Amino acid sequence: MAKIKIRAKEKNGIVTVKSLLKHPMETGNRKDKKTGNKIPAHYITEVNCEVNGKTVMKAYLGPGVSKDPYMSFDVKGAKKGDTVKLSWVDNKGESASGEATVK
Amino acid sequence: MTIHRRKFLHTALGVAATILVVPLKVFAARPKEAFGAEKYDDVMNTLFNSSNTDSSHVSIKAPDIAENGAVVPITVKTDLSDAESVSIIVPNNPNPLAASFELTPSSGGLVSTRIKMAKTSDVHAVVKAGGKLYSATKEVKVTIGGCGG
Repeated sequence: MAKIKIRAKEKNGIVTVKSLLKHPMETGNRKDKKTGNKIPAHYITEVNCEVNGKTVMKAYLGPGVSKDPYMSFDVKGAKKGDTVKLSWVDNKGESASGEATVK
Repeated sequence: MTIHRRKFLHTALGVAATILVVPLKVFAARPKEAFGAEKYDDVMNTLFNSSNTDSSHVSIKAPDIAENGAVVPITVKTDLSDAESVSIIVPNNPNPLAASFELTPSSGGLVSTRIKMAKTSDVHAVVKAGGKLYSATKEVKVTIGGCGG
């Protein structure tokens, strides 16, 4: 599965963005069943959401967000053909980004 | 030659200074302390310096019963046009602050995500707008806790 899946649809002047970010979102409390050791925390800390290069929302996430975070949000003033870009950073400094066109 | 370079630098610096000074939306940094807090009151105090909320203008949609505490869908709607942030707080989770969304004037008043819930708990959606706090709450019963271990 691609690291970031984005779908953006415009209806009545509002664009609804739906996204799925692939990530384990480990809380750091789960134990490895074989070793008994705690699996280190590994989770997305920030998601930057842009439309046509301008940030429309920033999401700060914690390990309390489910694995493979689903995120949906509405944007005003965007239209068909605009580019939506989502970029995330996690607590280990890893990052990924993806883009989609508003339909 | 020297004069041209100086003039160029002057103009360039002036333009750069103007761009830096013009107020773009300044996003609050990730509220690390709030994410680390273990009690609802501490989350509210570190995030907002207050726990007083108005219960109008915000709605929260969440299941009555979550079969799987690992994946609980939460949708928050607000009709406040000056909403600055939406925070999702679960008092009975080890760290109650699950997520915080920083909005801009382009935001359309709806955010949705899926959270983990350790056990049955209220889920609070707190919206900050115009210096005031608004919130909506829904109790979600959890049959199997979602934090693992």
